[in-house]
Amino acid sequence: MTDLTMRIWRGDENGGELVDYTIESQENEVVLDVIHRLQATQIPDLACRWNCKAGKCGSCSAEINGMPRLMCMTRMDQLPQGPVTITPMRTFPIIRDLVTDVSFNYEMAKRVPAFNPPPMPEGGYRMQQIDVERGQEFRKCIECFMCQNVCHVIRDHEENKVNYAGPRFFIRYAELEMHPLDTNDRRELVREKMGLGLCNITKCCTEVCPEHIKITDNAIIPLKERAVDAHYDPVAWLGRKITGRKKRTADEAAADRP
Amino acid sequence: MADYEHHSYDVIIIGAGGAGLRAAIEAKQRGLNVAIICKSLLGKAHTVMAEGGVAAAMGNVYEEDNWQVHFRDTMRGGKMLNNWRMAQLHAQESPDRVLELEQWGALFDRTKDGKITQRDFGGHRYARLAHVGDRTGLELIRTLQQKAVSMDIDVFMECKVLRLLRDDQGAISGAVGYWRPTGEFITFSAKSVILATGGVGKSWKYTSNSWEGTGDGHAMAMWAGADLIDMECIQFHPTGMVWPLSVRGILVTEGVRGDGGVLRNSEQKRFMFDYIADMFKAETASSEEEADKWYDDHTAGRRPPELLPRDEVARAINTEVKAGRGSPHGGVFLDIASRRSAEFIRRRLPSMYHQFMELAGVDITTTAMEVGPTCHYIMGGVRVDADTTATAIPGLFAAGEVAGGMHGSNRLGGNSLSDLIVFGRRAGMGAADYIEGRSGDITLDAAQVQAIINESLVPFSREEGENPYDIQRDLQELMQSNVGIIRTGSELDEAVVKLEELKERANNVIVKGNTRVYNPAWNLATDLPAMLTVSTCAALGAQARKESRGGHTREDFPKPDAAFGKVNMVLSQENGGGMNAPVKVDPQPILEMPDDLKVLFEEAK
Repeated sequence: MTDLTMRIWRGDENGGELVDYTIESQENEVVLDVIHRLQATQIPDLACRWNCKAGKCGSCSAEINGMPRLMCMTRMDQLPQGPVTITPMRTFPIIRDLVTDVSFNYEMAKRVPAFNPPPMPEGGYRMQQIDVERGQEFRKCIECFMCQNVCHVIRDHEENKVNYAGPRFFIRYAELEMHPLDTNDRRELVREKMGLGLCNITKCCTEVCPEHIKITDNAIIPLKERAVDAHYDPVAWLGRKITGRKKRTADEAAADRP
Repeated sequence: MADYEHHSYDVIIIGAGGAGLRAAIEAKQRGLNVAIICKSLLGKAHTVMAEGGVAAAMGNVYEEDNWQVHFRDTMRGGKMLNNWRMAQLHAQESPDRVLELEQWGALFDRTKDGKITQRDFGGHRYARLAHVGDRTGLELIRTLQQKAVSMDIDVFMECKVLRLLRDDQGAISGAVGYWRPTGEFITFSAKSVILATGGVGKSWKYTSNSWEGTGDGHAMAMWAGADLIDMECIQFHPTGMVWPLSVRGILVTEGVRGDGGVLRNSEQKRFMFDYIADMFKAETASSEEEADKWYDDHTAGRRPPELLPRDEVARAINTEVKAGRGSPHGGVFLDIASRRSAEFIRRRLPSMYHQFMELAGVDITTTAMEVGPTCHYIMGGVRVDADTTATAIPGLFAAGEVAGGMHGSNRLGGNSLSDLIVFGRRAGMGAADYIEGRSGDITLDAAQVQAIINESLVPFSREEGENPYDIQRDLQELMQSNVGIIRTGSELDEAVVKLEELKERANNVIVKGNTRVYNPAWNLATDLPAMLTVSTCAALGAQARKESRGGHTREDFPKPDAAFGKVNMVLSQENGGGMNAPVKVDPQPILEMPDDLKVLFEEAK
């Protein structure tokens, strides 16, 4: 067996550095296996988040040789020869080593006005498979936050975080927007307060999504179109005036939030 | 005075999987001040790993289905050791709980006429599992998480609870823990505590469980004086990945078999036909031809034997491998590639396709999977009252995997997600009702709190000692080899002795490095007492139950024994117990089923 060089960022909020560790390679391992062996044998206090080790929980996001990846789904034998560099997600504040403070995402989750369906008829709602599938694509999201990490709107501009929900929550807004039962209208909210316009569709989020959700094409672009329609389209505006509004406005929807 | 932050709530819920979240929603709806405390980030709990579906007799696919059939399937699957009242409530209430999820935003797969569709699973007479592809657990946890967030429930993420506290009247009064990201201590005073901490699988080497499955709730409940039951009843899921070694144990959903996948040995034989127990002969197909008709029309043939309850299938695989008819890496073959189209497989089982492609380089639309048993679920747990989920300790409730009784000695697939939402809700109701009758302020005993904090810090003060990872590894090896899928008296005796040795080592554990900030070695050191406690309970229960039943198989007592079928193995300690305190083992009679329910089993014969 040959030796591996793992170049791991060690440090905390005050700074840190890349440190090289040498460990024997083993067959068919993923990056997270090597991290666990390092913890058990050499660096017991190496901080790293993980849970399911099966690509289902989205806890072990990191940057592997500069690319955002899930450590549990990245096989060592598919990485190029030479040292493997592992660094924490750059967009979020460091807690320690590979663990970052992802609370930004949980704050954004709180700002999403709740799903609001009509009362359920006896025996449950009726929906067609083709209609639920649009939302189901977005509900595959495992909240690894790698799309948030890679999005340059916040990766390079900390100041945007206050008013930018990010790709993870654009798919959440798109899912609710396309939900066959929902009655809230969040289009003004995403346009005005969630920074949808800041996204200039470079598709970085789609590229890193471990669930292969077409974030840009299937969520963000349709959401942009709908938000723009809602805001500028005079025919739609007139239509709403005449027929009576079906959906509630952004402010009304946001008022559902405590 | 110790340095720690303090919070006061009506109810604290420990654990943020399906049961914890559902309990929190219920308690909050009752107007209570509620907090959820969880070891990981919100939404990462083991519930996300559930794949196949949530069992509920909605009758959307087979109108013949109803709660009585579901109840009967559940009891028979559990080999009649179940708490019948829990099984009844579960079967009666799960359809409403599933519909409720859609009111909160879940999107289940549909039938042609737009209802929630349901899939076949082992041990269920009718297609009964509401599902979203093979990621139903994710849908369930995300729906409940989003509901809880919209209700503004406080969540303490990455917060580990060390011990429960009781007041001088014996009622529950709160808990002590620490923040993992800072290592700072935290106390909670609460009128009621709901345990929803999940399972214990991390004490076994090959497991589908995440690092969180260390049995914290089981252990803390017993240390505080509550009873555990039937901790020997542990489910080894028949189909875990066996290769590559680094992913051994990761789950392969039973949905593969429900959707047409079959098990073959190295001779390409569908061997499950050789393992149909008498109890299931009447309703199981006797030929491949008959079994294959069933998938399209459940009235045209009887069920394929691949869909027998999990304990039956796991034992059969174990026997085939032992007999030398296994796959190259020590499992058997799970073949759906030769039976269903690639398009069907990718649509119905997307995450299985993904998992095998990325981790094993195997395309399941063309190649059979190699699978074998993996430690998956503990049926045993905290003894609770069925209707309220109350434990023996006033104010302490338990729901989900941490609670015992619902599944008897073996759980049917799909009955776990439904258990979470049925009894999560009931725990919230139980706690709310309890609080209405509770008066007076709650104060925590500062000396007791300080003692708990000090105990957790000892590993930093040693000059030399044991590496916590070494103890964990040796524990996993021991439980895998001596308290695994097939057990025998001498190996169990040895396990009990060796567990005491491991506890001695754990008493001498050392954490190097000074920081408590997100220090996984320290986190593990504080998980070890619970892991060793639940492992001891499993070994002691297995020693005492001298029969084979469901998830407990004794080579030296290979048959069920009617006398043991009438008792729960009750494990207990005095309040103030711990890893080092003795555990009392006491067989006690199970609840007697009323006659009107007994009839369901007589008619079926």
